Amino acid sequence: METIAKNVRKNILKQVHAASSGHPGGALSCADILIDIYFKDITEGDKVILSKGHASAALYAVLAEKGFFPKEELETFRKLGSRLQGHPALGKAPGVDAPSGSLGQGLSVANGLALSFKMDGKNNYAYCILGDGEVQEGQIWEAAMTASHYKLNNVIAFLDHNGLQIDGSNEQVMNIMPFKEKFEAFGWYVQEISGHNFDEITAAIANAKAQDKPSMIIANTVKGKGVSYMENQVGWHGKAPNDEEYEKAINELGGEF
Amino acid sequence: MGKATRESYGEALVELGEKYSNLVVLDADLSGATKTNGFAKKYPERFFNIGIAEQDMMGTAAGLALGGKIPFASTFAVFASGRAYDQIRNTICYGKINVKIGATHAGITVGEDGATHQALEDIGMMRALPNMTVLYPCDDYQTRWMIEEAIKLNGPVYVRLTRAKTDDVYKIGTEFELGKGVQHGNGTDATIIATGVTVGEALAAQRDLIAKGMDVRVIDIHTIKPIDKEIILKAARETKRIITVEDHSIIGGLGSAVCEVLCEEYPVKVTRMGIKDEFGQSGKWQELLAHYKIDRTSIVEELLRN
Repeated sequence: METIAKNVRKNILKQVHAASSGHPGGALSCADILIDIYFKDITEGDKVILSKGHASAALYAVLAEKGFFPKEELETFRKLGSRLQGHPALGKAPGVDAPSGSLGQGLSVANGLALSFKMDGKNNYAYCILGDGEVQEGQIWEAAMTASHYKLNNVIAFLDHNGLQIDGSNEQVMNIMPFKEKFEAFGWYVQEISGHNFDEITAAIANAKAQDKPSMIIANTVKGKGVSYMENQVGWHGKAPNDEEYEKAINELGGEF
Repeated sequence: MGKATRESYGEALVELGEKYSNLVVLDADLSGATKTNGFAKKYPERFFNIGIAEQDMMGTAAGLALGGKIPFASTFAVFASGRAYDQIRNTICYGKINVKIGATHAGITVGEDGATHQALEDIGMMRALPNMTVLYPCDDYQTRWMIEEAIKLNGPVYVRLTRAKTDDVYKIGTEFELGKGVQHGNGTDATIIATGVTVGEALAAQRDLIAKGMDVRVIDIHTIKPIDKEIILKAARETKRIITVEDHSIIGGLGSAVCEVLCEEYPVKVTRMGIKDEFGQSGKWQELLAHYKIDRTSIVEELLRN
C-alpha cells in the first residue's frame, strides 16, 4: 500500500506538472481514501463518486494504478483531446463512474445509485468523496436528508477534511463546523478517523457496512499531504509546481518511478 | 374540453410502468399537481418523493439512471429548469445520463399562481444544453405517445407539460415521429408554427382565416430540439411568411429556434408571438392567453394586419 500511495502521489504531481495546472492540494489530501477504496474495499458493481471533482488527478492516478488505462496517458491530463478532463467526465476516462466538477452534486448521485442497488437486491455500495468546503453547498444537506429518509445504509461517504478551501480556512470562509453533530442530526452514522491511515480507513468502511443508516466518515487529512512545501498551504489548492518544485516533490516521495 | 397534458403524463406513467419494469418516478412534493401520484399509488416501490429539494431530485434521478433505471423527475417547469439548472447541465447533460424531466405547469397557462410559477424561459435554457432533447406535446394522445418515445430514447429528455385542460388535437392512432413536425393543411398564404398549448389556438385561427379567404398552414413543432428544419424551410419557401406562437418568452424559445433555422438558410419575414421579455401575472389562463396575445384571435388579427 505504501508503494501504491507513493506512486499515486507522484502521478498526481506528474499530471499537474505536465498540465501546468490543476489542483494538487486537495488531490493529495484525498489520495489515501481513494487508494484504500480501490485497492482494499471495492467489490464488483460498487461505484465511486468523486464529488470534489477538482481532485481528478488523484482519481486518475488511482485508476491508472488499477489498470483502467495506461499510466502514460496521465501526461495528457487537462490537454486538448484528452480523456482525462480537468474534472471527471463520464464516458471519457475509463473507470469514472459519474461526472463531477460542480460541487455539491455527487452525494445525490450516490443516493440514486444506492436506491437502484436496493431495488435490484444488490449488495453493492455507493462511495462518495466530499470536500469539507463542498458541504457548504445546500444540495449536500438535501441529499443528507434523502439518504437518511430512504435508509441508504449502502451509501458510504467520506468528508475529506483538510480544513482549507480556496479563500482560506473553513472557519474563515464560512464556518460549517461541527460536521459530526450536523450529520448525526441528519440521521447519519458518523465516524472520525485519520484520512491518511489505511488501517483506520479500512476499519471505518467495514464498520460503515454494519450500520442500518448511511455513513459519513470524517477523514482528517492534510492538504498537500506528502509534499513538504504544499502541506497545509492554501496556496496549493489550484496551482501547478514549476520544474524545480516538481523535482523537489518527486525526490521527497522517493525519486523517479 | 380534453385533458391537461400533465394528466395525460400521469396516466401514461401508470400505463407504461407495467410495460417498463425499470421505470421509476421522482417528485418534489408536487405529486398531486404533476399527476405522478397515480404512479406512486400503483408502484410505491418505484416512486421516490424527494421533498422540496429539486436539485437533489435531479442528482438522485441521475444516480438511478446510472444504476440502470429510467427515471422521470417531476416538478413544475420553473423549478425543474431554474432551480436545478446546474444539476441538469453538469451532471445529467454533461454525463449524457438517461434522465427524463417531466416539467409540468409551464408557461402563463399556469394561471392564477402568477409569475413565480410560470416558466417562460425554460425552452431556451433546456435547448441550449448539449445532449438534451426538448419535447412539448399539445394534447392527450400526443403526450401519451411522447412519454413512451422519451422512455425509448437513451439520453436526457425535457418534456414540457401544461396545467390547463385543452381540446384534443389528434385522433388516437395518429402517427408521429420525434424530430418531425406535423403539418396541418397546405396553405400557401402564410405559416403558423406552434408548439404545445398554442397548437390548438393556431388550428382555431387557421379555421377563421380560411373562412376569411386566407389559406394558411399550421405546423406543430412537438420536438423543439432537435428541430425539424425541413418542414420549416419548406414552409418558408412555399408561403414566404411565418409567424410563431408560443406560451414562452420570445427570447430563446420556439420563435428563436425557427429564426435560427431560417436566417441561415432561407430568410423570410417572421413574427414571433409569445411573451415579450416580461414576467407573467395572475389571471385565468384563457384571459392570459388573450392578454399576452397568443390566443386564436390575436393570431388572426396579426395575419390579417400584415
